[in-house]
Amino acid sequence: MTVPALRARQPRPAAGVAGTWQMAVRAFQSWLVNYRRTWRGSIYSSVLQPVLYLGAMGVGLGTLVDQHGTAGLGRVSYLVFLAPGLMAAAAMQTAVAESMYPVYGAVKWDRTYQAAAATPLRPGDIFRGHLLFTTMRLAMNTVIFLVVMSLFGAVRSAWVVAAVPVAVLTGLAFATPLDAFAVSQKKNDQAFNVIFRFGMIPLFLFSGTFFPVAQLPGWIRPLAYVTPLWHGVALCRALSLGTADLAGALGHIAYLIAVAAAGLVAGERAYRRRLHV
Amino acid sequence: MRLPRARYLWGARLHCQIILTAGLFVSELSDPLGKVTHVPDPDVLIRARGLTKRFGQFTAVDGIDFELRRGEAFGFLGPNGAGKSSTMRMIGCVSPPSGGELTILGLNPVADGAAIRARLGVVPQEDTLDVELTVRENLLVYGRYFGLPRPVIAERTTRLLDFVQLSERAGDQVEPLSGGMKRRLTIARSLINEPEILILDEPTTGLDPQARHVVWDRLFRLKQQGVTLILTTHYMDEAEQLCDRLVVMDGGKIAAEGSPRELIETYSSREVLELRFNTFEHDQAAEKLTAVPAERIEVLADRVLLYVADGDAAMASVRGLALEPLTSLVRRSTLEDVFLRLTGRRLEDG
Repeated sequence: MTVPALRARQPRPAAGVAGTWQMAVRAFQSWLVNYRRTWRGSIYSSVLQPVLYLGAMGVGLGTLVDQHGTAGLGRVSYLVFLAPGLMAAAAMQTAVAESMYPVYGAVKWDRTYQAAAATPLRPGDIFRGHLLFTTMRLAMNTVIFLVVMSLFGAVRSAWVVAAVPVAVLTGLAFATPLDAFAVSQKKNDQAFNVIFRFGMIPLFLFSGTFFPVAQLPGWIRPLAYVTPLWHGVALCRALSLGTADLAGALGHIAYLIAVAAAGLVAGERAYRRRLHV
Repeated sequence: MRLPRARYLWGARLHCQIILTAGLFVSELSDPLGKVTHVPDPDVLIRARGLTKRFGQFTAVDGIDFELRRGEAFGFLGPNGAGKSSTMRMIGCVSPPSGGELTILGLNPVADGAAIRARLGVVPQEDTLDVELTVRENLLVYGRYFGLPRPVIAERTTRLLDFVQLSERAGDQVEPLSGGMKRRLTIARSLINEPEILILDEPTTGLDPQARHVVWDRLFRLKQQGVTLILTTHYMDEAEQLCDRLVVMDGGKIAAEGSPRELIETYSSREVLELRFNTFEHDQAAEKLTAVPAERIEVLADRVLLYVADGDAAMASVRGLALEPLTSLVRRSTLEDVFLRLTGRRLEDG
């Protein structure tokens, strides 16, 4: 029987270590191997979610809204107003779904992160590998959303194509800090419920997705402007309606990049502290 | 005046350079790792001096010294909480030391962690398999972490699964596999990069006796092939079977070092007479037994151990004292006795 021949004699030069992004791609591949068995189901829900929301809220509720005049919406139908906002909000939801429990599960339940940490991969590589997978999922879901929304006739400008990377960036502005948060949870996952209930749901409802932020009381508006979701919603909507201007667009993008980058730094640190103790 | 001096200096510099270059060349020849390191002996794979690990106020590893040599099976024997796992994690380059020196394969684990880990195999104490994937997929993912090409992984997977007797389960999901099978898969996984050192942290803890023996058999085969093993255990039989050399660890410190036989010869007697008495006469009997000529007497909660050269002779003198134990057993000394002698506690007491 041939047994694994381990080199017992010759020391070798350092093998198996590569550039930062090559190492991250190795971690990314592990998520891909896992995704191979679940991708079909995920596509169904990626299609179903925009169909349900645009059908019920955009068309159903929208018919009522439109009867009361659309001046507050910028003189477009509610469906056209809502769809690009939902695209950004859906990206946030995808980011939350891919960041919180998958990361917590990898470090706490299955300990697959610890397995990866025993190999040449550094904690930062493991973090970035997961972000690559999150980016892929965000891109998939956003493209599907765009197709569904076009079929609903909810697009006014070809610029809407540029809303896809904006929505992905919006998702990443949530994914990076949430990865950092999830990997740091040592005892249990109780804090996740707090984030869902008091973070994600209010953001989803009050960041300009379903109605303009101008409808909010004046004192609460600045709060909406601080959240990455409002910037994503505002820019996706401007692109979809064809009303975007360069200065505004760059401002939104700069803000989203700043939040994502801050999360990147925090995540790098959080992963190291958790996996290299 | 100036010109000749400058030329002289230039000549001297050239001369120095030749000497330096020659010196570097010689040191490169003498050092197979290709750079000048502090390890004089290339067969010393791991060298620790005063190695320390602290977590806040708690000192888990308290200044230990050891060397791991190429081709040997080196063990850390000690109860739970002795600092064995912390030591293994430092060697595995996933835990930066708090103090002391640690050199692994001639490299520094903090600066060159990734390069060192590329040459190690790790079997962690708790399974870290991806239970949703198949057996083969687990090896694929792990092999990719090392940057191995897929054909290489496929070829090694076939060989390794054969070695750990899991070939028939290659396509099965990991979740329903037994504990012993998961352990064997973890061992196969740790060998995917053909490591120079295999680190095993309590490789058979939590397994039933039969599964333990299968794992031991596989590890023994690796050892016979000359694989360098470093393992922790709180099972003295595991240490005796697998380790060429071991250290007894307790409270973060190394209490003794040697081969299993050396340790037993140094710290214990040839034979042990184990006596068990009725609970109510246990203490009384223990007191009377001091009259028996023994190297050492150890009174445990449920037994009395007499460390003697000849167990049967000692039993005769026990009978001579008109003591009739419920059970008596003469056995050879084990590492358990060494541990008891060194720490005053039993291994499983933790």
